[in-house]
Amino acid sequence: MQLDDLAARVREAAETGTALRFRGGGSKDFYGGLLAGEVFDVSGYRGIVAYEPTELFITARCGTPLAEIDAALAEKGQMLAFEPPHFGPATVGGCVAAGLSGPRRQQAGAVRDFVLGVKLIDGAGQVLDFGGQVMKNVAGYDVSRFLAGSLGTLGLLAEVTLKVLPRPMAEASLIFETAQPQAIEMLNRWGGRPLPISASFWHDGRLTVRLSGAQAAVAAAREKMGGEWLLAADAFWQQIREQRHEAFAGEVLWRLALPSAAACLDLPTALAVEWGGAQRWLATDADAETVREAARQAGGHAVLFRAPESLRCREGAFAPLAPALLALHQRLKKVFDPKGIFNPGRLYAEL
Amino acid sequence: MAAQDMTFHTDKGILAARLKAVLPPRCLLVDEEDLRPYECDGLTAYRALPAAVCLPETEEQVRDVLRVCRRLQVPVVARGAGTGLSGGAMPHSEGVVLSLARFNRILRIDANARLAVVQPGVRNLAVSEAAAPYGLYYAPDPSSQIACTLGGNVAENSGGVHCLKYGLTVHNILRLRAITIEGEILEIGSEAPDSPGYDLLALLIGSEGMLAVVTEVTLKLTPKPELAQVVMASFDDIGKAGEAVAAIIAAGIIPAGLEMMDKPATAAVEPFVQAGYDLEAEAILLCESDGTPEEVAEEIARVRAVLEKSGARDLKVSGSEAERLRFWAGRKAAFPAVGRITPDYYCMDGTIPRRRLAEMLQAIAGMERKYGLRCANVFHAGDGNLHPLIMYNAAQPGEWERAEAFGAEILELSVALGGSITGEHGVGVEKIGQMCVQYSTPELETFHRVKAAFDEAGLLNPGKAIPSLHRCAEYGRMHVHGGELKFPDLERF
Repeated sequence: MQLDDLAARVREAAETGTALRFRGGGSKDFYGGLLAGEVFDVSGYRGIVAYEPTELFITARCGTPLAEIDAALAEKGQMLAFEPPHFGPATVGGCVAAGLSGPRRQQAGAVRDFVLGVKLIDGAGQVLDFGGQVMKNVAGYDVSRFLAGSLGTLGLLAEVTLKVLPRPMAEASLIFETAQPQAIEMLNRWGGRPLPISASFWHDGRLTVRLSGAQAAVAAAREKMGGEWLLAADAFWQQIREQRHEAFAGEVLWRLALPSAAACLDLPTALAVEWGGAQRWLATDADAETVREAARQAGGHAVLFRAPESLRCREGAFAPLAPALLALHQRLKKVFDPKGIFNPGRLYAEL
Repeated sequence: MAAQDMTFHTDKGILAARLKAVLPPRCLLVDEEDLRPYECDGLTAYRALPAAVCLPETEEQVRDVLRVCRRLQVPVVARGAGTGLSGGAMPHSEGVVLSLARFNRILRIDANARLAVVQPGVRNLAVSEAAAPYGLYYAPDPSSQIACTLGGNVAENSGGVHCLKYGLTVHNILRLRAITIEGEILEIGSEAPDSPGYDLLALLIGSEGMLAVVTEVTLKLTPKPELAQVVMASFDDIGKAGEAVAAIIAAGIIPAGLEMMDKPATAAVEPFVQAGYDLEAEAILLCESDGTPEEVAEEIARVRAVLEKSGARDLKVSGSEAERLRFWAGRKAAFPAVGRITPDYYCMDGTIPRRRLAEMLQAIAGMERKYGLRCANVFHAGDGNLHPLIMYNAAQPGEWERAEAFGAEILELSVALGGSITGEHGVGVEKIGQMCVQYSTPELETFHRVKAAFDEAGLLNPGKAIPSLHRCAEYGRMHVHGGELKFPDLERF
């Protein structure tokens, strides 16, 4: 599969007004709103284009499996520090388009923090380069970072360049038996101190915290924090990253992004807490309005993360935007996709 | 440089009258002597006298000023402390300067949630000072941090010497409140880790005042490391120093700071600050480690080992906080120090893949001969951001033009080597021509459409950051002679 083929297909769709639904590994078909349009399988456009360990970047075509990227990075002792979930056969294009980050997000940052550049095919079938392979680049608007999490509604991310980081020298995980409010309090207290906490997960009366950094830093933090030592920690965090832990089971799963110190919401208690308190998971049959309003009151928002398609389409997967912001989103959508052919309805019904 | 867009014709009398109706007298300047201090920012080579300067004190006043300008079709240039180095806050001669200097209050520090809510006119360093009692600080530290404001930092996506480890402004902003030229208030981001919809923070940060005017900023605060220590290494070959930087990264170390200076730079700063730099060395490297004392000790030992193996001719580790600050003093004073040995200097800001450093410096040496001007180089080595300081004398006819052409050639080479024309100073008016080299026509058109999605009339900071296609056509023609202009004394637009 060639770049020209991808662009030609988009041009053809634009001419005929055919909606396209980009698909890499299909690992996140469950995520977001309506799946509409002709499936445009881009998994064949794959491969690592450039990887310079000492320059801390990797460039890969959109269909490259995340597993392939992880393996290449691991060989040089590096990683995608935002620990994106694979959910099976995820590709790097889908990873950036969906914008989902894993446990290490609380220390390292989110997908968007690691996007350095993209090769975008826009709604006119033009191939556009934004950003590049250098860490610092403030020439022009930061379009590549802006595209992270846009769910393919603005164009095809044909190629992406991501910043990579060295794997930590040492890691250790600690367990604390504690109720949720205390866990949130502890996480925020620790967050204000120079401790190398790289992940946290509370569920069912048990808080697990991962430390990552220099050998000495991890050892010193363990000393200060106490808790029990968790064995087989890598497998545990892998379970969290891939949402194979029992906390993520259930037919309807809400993701709440909140200020880390927000008190427990007036909702059925969150099933799980991550990211130092800033990401919480909730399984509830409370109506969407109630969940969204509670999240909004707390200063954040709620995503209907996993739910039957009918429910996601009825309630919207994502919290509604204020009118001024929605209008701006619509104008920006027109900038990149004037005919409205890319993933219509996947992010919002209006886009 | 760019000529001002001449599509605007402002009736200054009407403008002043309308502004008077929405601002108290202390918030409006219209007399030439009052306007003069605003005619340029930190890039003093480019100047224009604005039609008026507004110094609003409330968000309502900002909104009113924008509405007046929208109605009268008057350009608006937002301004913080005016320390920018690319002319991003240079006024428009037919327009209003909207100074946010009086938005200087820190509204809230939430130590538990590790964030600060500030107005855009708050100085960068003031945030860290206010957060210090809680053991927190604001990580991005541009060298102008005692003076530059957060609003300006947001506009330029400012970096600093610690951004390799702690990120740029875009990595440290949680929320913006901004007003569009239509007077509409946008709440972008929140205190939560993300927000629904497109990542508008990414678009606004670094947009150089082209999309909206920021009236409030929520910043992420970082726990202050217990200790920082710096290793100073000197090299008798600049290529070796570059390889040492790569070797540090390859060893899995992300230092808190990683800076390089070449011989002309150390020669300029040493008499100025007595930092103890090795003046025989072709390059010196400063590598900082921070964290817990145990962590720093471990990392410094590893850095030392790498540097020794990389052929450093001398190594010193700071033994005290005073010594650490002294090692840094030279790097931080590099610009003023160079300013002492030359009547004027012109600071460039290209980024390059680090592995091309030796190539770039060699080319710069060639350009020094070609343009008959000296150049000192300081380098954020960790992230490939090079600041060549081109020395010239503005009083000598033709020297500024040569300096400008020298700078343009460096920037074009940055792009050719796989980098960017600006790492942290912004495009402003200064690098608007080189934008045509970095981006293709369809890419520039996309930028223009993004701009129009926020500001259809094109009133916010016109003529900056994104060149018109017409300008690029002219820039291309100008460069027919390989960067050398036929009539260097003629004004160019």
